[in-house]
Amino acid sequence: MSASPPRVVVIGASAGAVQALMAILPPLPHDYRLPILVVVHVPPDRDNVLAPLLEAKCRLTVKEAEDKEPIAGGVVYLAPPDYHLLVETNGALALSADAPVNFSRPSIDILFESAADVFSDGLVGVVLTGANQDGAAGLRAVAKAGGAAIVENPASAQASAMPQAALAATPTAAVMSLDAIASYLLSLGTER
Amino acid sequence: MPEDIVDLEIQLLLEALYQRYHYDFRHYARASLKRRLTQARDQLGFPTLSALQDRLLHDAAFLPRLLDYLTVQVSEMFRDPSYFRALRENVVPHLRTYPSLKVWVAGCSNGEELYSMAILFREEGLYDRTLFYATDINPEALAAAEAGVYPLDRVRKFTQNHQQSGGRSSLSDYYTADYGRAAFDKSLRERVVFSDHSLVTDAVFGEMHLISCRNVMIYFDRPLQDRAIGLFHDSLARKGFLGLGSKESLRFSAHAEAFAAFRPSEKIYQRRDL
Ligand SMILES: C[S@@+](CC[C@H](N)C(=O)[O-])C[C@H]1O[C@@H](n2cnc3c(N)ncnc32)[C@H](O)[C@@H]1O
Repeated sequence: MSASPPRVVVIGASAGAVQALMAILPPLPHDYRLPILVVVHVPPDRDNVLAPLLEAKCRLTVKEAEDKEPIAGGVVYLAPPDYHLLVETNGALALSADAPVNFSRPSIDILFESAADVFSDGLVGVVLTGANQDGAAGLRAVAKAGGAAIVENPASAQASAMPQAALAATPTAAVMSLDAIASYLLSLGTER
Repeated sequence: MPEDIVDLEIQLLLEALYQRYHYDFRHYARASLKRRLTQARDQLGFPTLSALQDRLLHDAAFLPRLLDYLTVQVSEMFRDPSYFRALRENVVPHLRTYPSLKVWVAGCSNGEELYSMAILFREEGLYDRTLFYATDINPEALAAAEAGVYPLDRVRKFTQNHQQSGGRSSLSDYYTADYGRAAFDKSLRERVVFSDHSLVTDAVFGEMHLISCRNVMIYFDRPLQDRAIGLFHDSLARKGFLGLGSKESLRFSAHAEAFAAFRPSEKIYQRRDL
């Protein structure tokens, strides 16, 4: 069975997230085909300052994900502070207030695992900079389901622990610099 | 194990749970439910969900353990302080015009939201004319709500939230602390009816002036959300208020037209009556 073309991108980032996302998302054109689901660890009490910040620099729509919202291509969906973001079996987004996972809510693992379950080999998972272990189990699930697993190069990441943990859990993941990740995502969502 | 077999097992397990015990989780949002069920399977030491189902069908004493996974008991007192501030500043003035009030906290979990509401009503001088209903489907949560005892290390956050919600008193006026626990004053539950009630399978039981149902419907699929919202509509008095969780809304609901957005940013709605 040949791999299906990627349908969805999931990204997880923690410490250093804003700078990393600023390197990856702004180059994407407004007619980008794929939806991008993003979990960034932010303090629970913070209003979502990240969406407007990224939106100002991006040509894509950047918004906070809403519960039961259908997923559309060319939109960046951010997990709201203090809620987990998941993909429902019908492909819509869902939020949950379940307990934190890896001390995090939102948790990267929860997004990646639920997305892998639904999109299997049509999923691209990207673990970026961070100082914890969240995302490692999630990226493993992405790879196991046949999706593409990408890890930011720990040597150049602002915080190396999270990409390192992801790589330890999925040794076959592709290691890339932020620039390489940016052009890879660009090539995925603009071809044909 | 292939994922589609797990999905089939979940479907069968939910059917078994419904037919045997009348707990209906068949229309809960599946992704997070699946996560909690596979967690139950692994942590309770079953090789498969089918094996877990076998135990569930033949051992009623096992049910509460599974319910702990199926229902999410994450809460806080004065969770989202701005919601309680809006109740205080915008809803309370309307409620004052009634000689007697009924308030329903639906999905009350271990009682955090109920005590928040009771304290707010006491601070605003409305407590004595109000009857509160606190309902949930998890019997252990209801028992904990009725007991009103919380670990002291959680109370610091409660206190901070209470202050941010515009609290007029000190939270410590309402509990006594010892052995690392805070026991909330029983006078706060004098006018509270705790009851088992499901938004999925049960019906209207009274006419409410305010219904607060937060972070419960987020676990339902769309049609089930509509059922619950219809139930709330039928339970509200004319111009009654409905408060939801910060990430919930009536926007996509079949009943959207039946409510006015009273304080949309805080997800407070008002029953519309022509
Ligand atoms: C996450 S807690 C919300 C607690 C509180 N309302 C808050 O926002 O902090 C969800 C609660 O909903 C209850 N629940 C789940 N399904 C329900 C149903 N069908 N009817 C009533 N309560 C339900 C659960 O047992 C749990 O106590």
